[in-house]
Amino acid sequence: MMIAESIRFALTGVMANKMRSILTTLGILIGIASVIILLAVGAGTSNAIKSQIGKLGTNVLTVSRQTTAGGRAAGGGQAVTGPRSRGTNLTLQDMAALTDPVMAPDVAATAPVVTAQNVTGTYQDATHAVATFVGTTPSYFSISNDTLAAGSYFSEGDASNGTAVAVIGNTVAQDLVGSSVTSAVGQTIALNGQNFVVSGVLAQKGSSGLNDPDDIVVIPYSAAQDKFTGYSPSLASISVQAKSADVMNQAQNEVQMILDARHNVTSANRDYQVRNQAQILTTATNTTATLTVLLGAVAGISLLVGGIGVMNIMLVTVTERTREIGIRKAIGASRGSIVSQFLIESLIISLIGGVLGIAAGYIGSAFPLLGTQPEVQWWTVWLSFLVSAAIGLIFGIYPANKAAKLRPIDALRYE
Amino acid sequence: MNDAVIQLDSVSKIYGKGEAEVRALDSVSISIDRGDFVAIIGASGSGKSTMMNIIGCLDGATQGTYRLDGIDTGTLDEFQLAQIRNRKIGFVFQNFNLIPRTRAVDNVAMPLAYAKVHRKERRERALEVLGSVGLAERADHKPSQLSGGQQQRVAIARALVTNPVLLLADEPTGALDTKSSHEILDLFESLHANGRTIVMITHEADVAARANRVVRFQDGRIIEDHRLRDVHAHPVATAVPA
Repeated sequence: MMIAESIRFALTGVMANKMRSILTTLGILIGIASVIILLAVGAGTSNAIKSQIGKLGTNVLTVSRQTTAGGRAAGGGQAVTGPRSRGTNLTLQDMAALTDPVMAPDVAATAPVVTAQNVTGTYQDATHAVATFVGTTPSYFSISNDTLAAGSYFSEGDASNGTAVAVIGNTVAQDLVGSSVTSAVGQTIALNGQNFVVSGVLAQKGSSGLNDPDDIVVIPYSAAQDKFTGYSPSLASISVQAKSADVMNQAQNEVQMILDARHNVTSANRDYQVRNQAQILTTATNTTATLTVLLGAVAGISLLVGGIGVMNIMLVTVTERTREIGIRKAIGASRGSIVSQFLIESLIISLIGGVLGIAAGYIGSAFPLLGTQPEVQWWTVWLSFLVSAAIGLIFGIYPANKAAKLRPIDALRYE
Repeated sequence: MNDAVIQLDSVSKIYGKGEAEVRALDSVSISIDRGDFVAIIGASGSGKSTMMNIIGCLDGATQGTYRLDGIDTGTLDEFQLAQIRNRKIGFVFQNFNLIPRTRAVDNVAMPLAYAKVHRKERRERALEVLGSVGLAERADHKPSQLSGGQQQRVAIARALVTNPVLLLADEPTGALDTKSSHEILDLFESLHANGRTIVMITHEADVAARANRVVRFQDGRIIEDHRLRDVHAHPVATAVPA
């Protein structure tokens, strides 16, 4: 019953100076809202990066030649260490060996990747410098989670025959034929002066900020070898799709076992490396976690400032109401009831600020910020609520105690 | 213990130390009977305010013992003193000391809240006491909407609401006009007529003359203790119910 009474007294106190209560509440509101929004931005960024990597295929292993300090000339990969009986190229035969269902039961599909640098596409007057140029087989599209916006992929036959067809990404199509990207299908474009017929346009994947996955041209691997890299049995890399994201490590072990045997190497002197998308994902997640912590810390500081605002106002309130405290003590209020009255008052201010801040945080997170859609984490809502309650208590204790310790005669004499 | 509500036994209140020592009360002994109406008078600095603070348990004595209603207040801790103020003493101050922005009825009910009385009962009791001081109509008014005399009546109602053994008034008419002063003093007399023990601090001789016993302070000592009437006698038996 005494608590109900203290709440009633405290509410009267809060209402007594509305403007001041509102401004103090605003301090907490801004602090809580910024905690929620900034953590939501962190989570949104992290999720965006995760889904971006997911679009590239989370269950994809990339086997590439070990690039040593010496150089990366096609076919020139020299032995890293130890005896080597054959070249260190990755070949189509290596790739074929990886699709062995007995030796590599967890491998679902493989695709060769031949790349070339500085490829420029031209169509009529338009030119475009292609960021990613890939020669491969049709299985590449499913491995890298590609879908078509228009047209079709090229066939296995095209891939091995070196037909001059190309599947282009959205950015490339836009630069060459303009905004109606689907009209690119069937047109002949020149890639470094050599004509290719566009068989399909890839659906947009969306930029993750650093690189544009839509700035890509995919052609049959044999065409790439014939016309761009010069005939060579060497592949830049082999994309390997595991059966699921859960068997990534098994698939990686199988790939390594097969290639170790074929290249006659051991884990100590491997001439190739296997990169796991899951590892890239972990790295990216760690980076965004750091970002989130920094954002949260900044928001936390504004919350701290809000808390100091509560304490400041409570101290002013106690001073202003010294006489009232004296009266209350004279008519029988104990120290405890004075403490609880003022503590509840600061708790009310900060909890109202907290609840409104949570609402403001939700509203603020509805809009895209810094290029990402913030995602409110439910735990930040609970955390914010608890933190605002804690602020009310912690920053209210000192003023409340100060009020309770006043001697009634001093308080009554106070003008 | 006989029937003394207040019993001071060589009570001293000393401020400062050594050279700067000030004896606000110097070994005061006095006993006030139940049902008496006592006026404490003296010039400012005579020690009467210190006396009021000690009697009201707002401040402790440096030396000596003070028994209120038989309880030795020197042995009590802060919480117990708060309870004593709540249950045994009703305060009436010169400047009313009502809680601002709080309705008359809530001001009157406030001591009951600290006595942990149930909310509904509090309100009933507060309205009853407000009625007894003639302010039933003004129960929902805030202090700022009441005249000085009405505010003092609310303050008296608040002092009486816990049915204390002692009504302690500090210059109760000091901030009032003559008419209101008379009304308040009439109210005190009728309360006294109904058996209430009243100690009133004042510096006005005509106000003190309404009491049954006048105690004069000077330099922290009692220099005169004059009984005007018997303990329970009252000159004007006005029939205002308490």
